[in-house]
Amino acid sequence: MQTNKSKKFILIGLVLVYLSLVLFIPAIYVFYGAFNQGINTFLEALGRREFQQALRLTLITVAIADPLNIIFGLCAAWAITHKKFRGRTFLLSVIDLPFSISPVVAGLMLVLLYGRNGWFGGWLEAIGFRVIFALPGIVLATSLVTLPFVVREVIPLMEEIGQEQEVAARTLGASEWQIFRRVTLPSIRWGLIYGVVLTNARSLGEFGAVAVVSGSILGRTATLPVFVELAFKNYLATAAFAAAAILALIGIASLVAKEILAKLARQPTI
Amino acid sequence: MSIVVERVSKKFGNFQALEDININVESGKLVALLGPSGSGKSTLLRTIAGLEIPDTGSIVINGQDTTYLDIRKRNIGFVFQHYALFKHLTVRQNIAFGLEIRKTPRQAIKRKVDELIELVQLRGLGDRYPNQLSGGQRQRVGLARALAVDPQVLLLDEPFGALDAKVRKELRDWVRRLHDEVHLTSIFVTHDQEEAMAVADEIVVMNHGRIEQIGSPDEVYENPATPFVMSFVGEVNVLRNARSLLSNAYLSSSSSPVYIRPHDIDIDTFPHPGSVSTMLVRIIPIGWEIQLELQIEENFTIAAQINREQLNQLDLQVGQQVYLKPRNVKSFPEFAHSSQQHFTSVNVK
Repeated sequence: MQTNKSKKFILIGLVLVYLSLVLFIPAIYVFYGAFNQGINTFLEALGRREFQQALRLTLITVAIADPLNIIFGLCAAWAITHKKFRGRTFLLSVIDLPFSISPVVAGLMLVLLYGRNGWFGGWLEAIGFRVIFALPGIVLATSLVTLPFVVREVIPLMEEIGQEQEVAARTLGASEWQIFRRVTLPSIRWGLIYGVVLTNARSLGEFGAVAVVSGSILGRTATLPVFVELAFKNYLATAAFAAAAILALIGIASLVAKEILAKLARQPTI
Repeated sequence: MSIVVERVSKKFGNFQALEDININVESGKLVALLGPSGSGKSTLLRTIAGLEIPDTGSIVINGQDTTYLDIRKRNIGFVFQHYALFKHLTVRQNIAFGLEIRKTPRQAIKRKVDELIELVQLRGLGDRYPNQLSGGQRQRVGLARALAVDPQVLLLDEPFGALDAKVRKELRDWVRRLHDEVHLTSIFVTHDQEEAMAVADEIVVMNHGRIEQIGSPDEVYENPATPFVMSFVGEVNVLRNARSLLSNAYLSSSSSPVYIRPHDIDIDTFPHPGSVSTMLVRIIPIGWEIQLELQIEENFTIAAQINREQLNQLDLQVGQQVYLKPRNVKSFPEFAHSSQQHFTSVNVK
């Protein structure tokens, strides 16, 4: 009995030490680094043109990537759960691919394809549309990396509600669109929002793929995570810490939102 | 609003789900499709609803050929075994769904929903969500929702199948009374012969995608058309080789199996002319009804049914000798060769 108890404490202690070293202390240190020169220095860092540009670029990217993922995610989940077609299971596993390949590789693929010498790049450049080292590429890379979140959250819910409610709606005269809007969508809404929160968190924080695709030009194509890295390398520690603190805050907010939504999703009546 | 099913066949791959089905449901009737699972009864219902399209044949509702008509335009009410209520909507919103799709004015919807909530006895529960209701209440919501759009016909797919025994009986009696009030042409699917007989005006007995018999509950029970109906509707002893009973005047030559219902057997403790001596091996009391297992020879038992009063009068004990005499037996010489596929053993329940 006694030894069991002490074993328990040793285990918990080990976990706490480990988490402190890799998570808690670094997280706190980010905020310490951002504020240790005083609040004014922190605000000053946030006022820099390069930071403002990075923030704006990040928000624009998220504002485009999120809806893209919602639309694609809903279409894919609906097709996979409602239709039987050849390659259905193949599609299901392909959707997971962005999770398993390195974001840097994902970024590189885009550069190779859409870059000046790529299959599509030359042609797009000819009509004056630049993808790589520009916003379209950043959006593409972000969407690619976050592709699975919405689909993965929505598919199990669509499967769980089954098609009986939808058949019921059809017998009551509803069209396909009415069924989707009035029956399917409300049933999956928490899962969908949950998927969007995850997409959001990842979009904001994506570094690898974006760093490759954007060219990491400070003040022009740097998103927030890229800005953190560039600022740090340029000995602008406070600016790096300030931006990191902002990212960490958004991350914590996402985590809280995620927990609340997960709880709501388990209550089907609301 | 009559429903006519004409020469309908349907295959799923190699599986013949429906074969040459012909049914004529008169306006205002309540009809049961009765059969074991896989008999095609649900497929037939779904075909009438428009959820399946038959390979051949036609469905005519109220004089209009609806075989290929979109389900949305058929104006049918459909009730599901597992209710299929919209979980994110309240009782009121569930009932109003079909009306909202039809763009009915709000005032009219409110009136109709109030009326239906009253009809299905759910007053005060209108703002609840489906998972706050009992199974019986959910199915009432399912019914109200189907009735809200004033359907031409009401189709119910094992509507009581997911309920426990007591609620099941209450709800089915209630549905029968409701039908007597509303007189909406209705078809319901069931695998429970008692349910079919208690509720329906007419029973369609199905097996292997074919119709075995159509008739009133009395007809189906008293004059089963096939060995399958005999054994599926009500309990029955099937005596394939009734040598021990052959002396009995009822059992003439014929080599086809003989069918005797357990309650069509007289039991006594002393012999009568034509009675057969047996050994009482089991007494199974089911409330008022008492089932007896009687051994005629080794590995050959027969089920008989008496009531508690008779049991007390005869003072029967397990192991004693009793004499049985069938009152009513039936055989189907025309099915002599095909009966093999229906039964494999003496059916003692």
